[in-house]
Amino acid sequence: MKRLAGFIKKEFIHIFRDFRTLIFLFGIPAAQILIFGFAVRTDIKNAGIAVLDKSKDEISTGLISKLESSDFFILKQNLLTGAQIDQVFKSGEIKAAFIFETEFGKKLINEGSANIQIIADGSEPNVANLISSYAKAIITDYTMEINSIHNPSTIIVDPEVRMYYNPNLESQYMFVPGVIAIVLLLTCAMMTSVTITREKEFGTMEVLLVSPLKPIQVILGKVMPYFILSLIDVILILLLSWLVFDIPIKGSLVLLMLESMLYIMLGLSLGIMISTIAKTMQQAMFTSLLGLMLPAIVFSGFVFNLESMPEIYNWLSLIIPPRWFLTIVKNIMIKGMGFSFVLKETFILLAMTLVFITISTIRFKKRLE
Amino acid sequence: MRTILYLIRKEFIQIFRSKFLSKAVFGIPIVQMLILVPAFTLEIKNIELCVVDHDMSAESRQLISKLRGSDFFLLKHITFNKDAADNLLHSNKCDLVLHIPNNFSKNIVKEGGEKVVVLANAINAASAQIAWTYLRAVIQDYNSELVIENLHHSSPDMLSMINTTNRFWYNPTLNYKYYMLPGILVILVTAIGLLLAGLNVVREKEIGTIEQLNVTPIRKYQFITAKLVPFLLIGLVDLAFGLLLGKILFNIPFNGSLALLFLYSSFYLVAVLGLALFLSTISTTQPQYLFVVFFVVMIFVMMSGIFTPTESMPHWAQQFNLVNPAAYFMRVIRMVMLKGSGFADVLTDFRGIVLIGIGTISLAIWRYRKTV
Amino acid sequence: MTNEKVIQVKDLVKKFGSFVANDHLSFDVYRGEIFGFLGANGAGKTTAIRILSGLSKPSSGEVRVAGYDIYRHAENVKKHIGYMCQKFSLYEDLTVAENIMLYGGIYGLSKKTIEERTTDLLRNLDFTEYRKRIIGNLPLGMRQKLAFSVAILHNPDIVFLDEPTGGVDPITRRQFWEMIYSASDNGITVFVTTHYMDEAEYCDRVCIMNEGRIVASDSPEELKKKYGATSVQEVFVKIARPSINN
Repeated sequence: MKRLAGFIKKEFIHIFRDFRTLIFLFGIPAAQILIFGFAVRTDIKNAGIAVLDKSKDEISTGLISKLESSDFFILKQNLLTGAQIDQVFKSGEIKAAFIFETEFGKKLINEGSANIQIIADGSEPNVANLISSYAKAIITDYTMEINSIHNPSTIIVDPEVRMYYNPNLESQYMFVPGVIAIVLLLTCAMMTSVTITREKEFGTMEVLLVSPLKPIQVILGKVMPYFILSLIDVILILLLSWLVFDIPIKGSLVLLMLESMLYIMLGLSLGIMISTIAKTMQQAMFTSLLGLMLPAIVFSGFVFNLESMPEIYNWLSLIIPPRWFLTIVKNIMIKGMGFSFVLKETFILLAMTLVFITISTIRFKKRLE
Repeated sequence: MRTILYLIRKEFIQIFRSKFLSKAVFGIPIVQMLILVPAFTLEIKNIELCVVDHDMSAESRQLISKLRGSDFFLLKHITFNKDAADNLLHSNKCDLVLHIPNNFSKNIVKEGGEKVVVLANAINAASAQIAWTYLRAVIQDYNSELVIENLHHSSPDMLSMINTTNRFWYNPTLNYKYYMLPGILVILVTAIGLLLAGLNVVREKEIGTIEQLNVTPIRKYQFITAKLVPFLLIGLVDLAFGLLLGKILFNIPFNGSLALLFLYSSFYLVAVLGLALFLSTISTTQPQYLFVVFFVVMIFVMMSGIFTPTESMPHWAQQFNLVNPAAYFMRVIRMVMLKGSGFADVLTDFRGIVLIGIGTISLAIWRYRKTV
Repeated sequence: MTNEKVIQVKDLVKKFGSFVANDHLSFDVYRGEIFGFLGANGAGKTTAIRILSGLSKPSSGEVRVAGYDIYRHAENVKKHIGYMCQKFSLYEDLTVAENIMLYGGIYGLSKKTIEERTTDLLRNLDFTEYRKRIIGNLPLGMRQKLAFSVAILHNPDIVFLDEPTGGVDPITRRQFWEMIYSASDNGITVFVTTHYMDEAEYCDRVCIMNEGRIVASDSPEELKKKYGATSVQEVFVKIARPSINN
């Protein structure tokens, strides 16, 4: 036992001495949280627009300044002809062009309707959609305004929204669970598989195996530091989200940590399994990257909505561990649910872990023979 | 220089003799195109809507059928039971719940207005936001209809309506894949550059063959060039391959100049490869290199505007993107492919990437030592 | 052996942090001789040879190789030397011919010359049929011999060999030394490090290193006379392990 403790300590020191490993271990979660929290915005802000006002009357200019004064748009160009639109899109400055027909104001008052063409740059579909929606909302507001001047009674159905689990509509809530799931997978599965395989390739693994330590102790010793470091990572992520973004943990912290430990063990056993299969470091690296990370990011529903993907992806996601873990974390952290609500997912994670451990043990025994 | 040619020859032999690498070079684009492109979608479709209709009037039914007819919503349930609807929301079986109160039609006519309450599952803020915007748009449409109807009844005065027509250029169907595929190509090219090239150099360091080169009269620039050129070519070939796959599998448009794109890609690859070489000088083992590069690529790609527009990012993020090569390439590839932007349109982007390239290559040259 | 000094070292010091790997080494090597650096593992031999071949910078001291100052003209030195170390020399995933062509090209030999020398080299080693074999598939002994041949392909003034015969059977070792003699006969100065005591006997002159210092330096015969020993191994034991012996 003492030998094992000494071995683990040595592995720890090894990891800590290397600043690059530390960058990976602690820099990635911190960077992800900061970037998702502060930089990535699904909303539009400062979208450049151009305006072709063929009418230039009170009403059209009124609407234009209303558009301009919103946070969403910045008026970048006043166009003279329609031929300029293509050029201005191509230069990348403008995301949408608004064309007011001639005699806009007059037509509106006398004929009861007038036309605005909204031409949006479809190469960024979401931005284009949002621009159209926001623009329409602003235009409709404006319409109501003008009409109140002319027609006193207007009827409005007024929708009021309540956002559950996320009253301030902070995007952060969405990604913190995802960051935990991905980071843990990275440290536990990818890191361990690569470092263990490296020892295989360079022959230092053999040395360990003929030492007085039993094989199981060697493996345990190798992964124990990562277990501890991953736990620290989880705490770091939760702490950061709480300190910087005020993201609370609605449910039980203890339950969350226990589930994280289960997931960490899953990751570690997965990493070990990969190292028993991969013959070289290159193989381990690419298996982890393509076989683990990529599916994890894609299928776990972390950034992208599973519902919007083709049907088959939904089926495939069932065998991707992060998908289940993500549900667990979201339910505990954001919805504040208890253990009974995550029973099914926990069970699945447990089963997967056992499968990986079994496969690793079988393969390992084979190697020793 | 003949030495460079001999070295390049050796690199190519090694790459194509390696079973693993030769598969990876063509395998990676295929995997990325096949799997990632359909998956990476932020398109919000099929928003699951549940309506609790306490009124059951002609007006409420009119509103509901308007929602039913909208492309964005999937009307899953209509119920009277508030609790049933709440449960659906909690158990993630629907995204939005619309409550129509029981005096809806009366209040519309008598009071001139009525509130409806929308409950949204906002765990995923982005979709909640978008869903809410669409719902509001439909309700506003409904409002306009109501207003027209009722005013035509009550007063002969005409109501002024501003009509909008929407057109989307370059991607009229708003096909999300057209947007994402160039983004994935950027990841592809960046991965080839940073991963394959850098690991290659660190591998030589680890095995020791780099020392055998250091002891020859080979010059720094020869070594660096010989490491850059093969991966530059492979990167371009992979880009071409990826574009071809995109065309065949997804019918991606290509409205701009291929030559311009490949020219820019070459500059981009050089900048990225320079970075790879520099990072390889600060790593002694392959895992170390992998860890550092993963960190760097993750940050670059996330900030590059691959999922969300860079213009919406806070000021500091936009400043950062001035030195983020991926941000430049992301912009250029989308502009050239989808809009057909020309050389003049991407001039500033050229300047940016050239400066970055000079920077990274200089760093690499500075740090690479033949004598330790 | 001539009187021309091709390597001149005076007070060479190499420190790694506070650890002194080479402690004021001073020696000269003459053109055409086979010069050995003998010592246990960790004595500082590899450190010294890496400095002489320009792979590593000295902490202090004067070092001249092939007429050039190693501090200022390391790159010129490299044009005139060859190098071979035990761990790696040839690319394992390249064939014999490809390796030769690569290094030949790096040293500026013309295509024709490379071709000629390849044929000669292979014939001398009796390896002609292995021309297209991948190095990784060849046994160690063959690889060592090939590595040596490639190291002198461009007829350098000096060739540095760092423990070149490690892990090889005695017969192959003997053959290897035949190759060294042959190179020396052709005017190439051979600087070899080893921990095999018997190999010291094959050298013209030998330096014995212990814990970073040179503790003896002369021809094997002189050393044996001086220390009253019948083999260099005895000399080594007497000098390097006096506590055990006395």
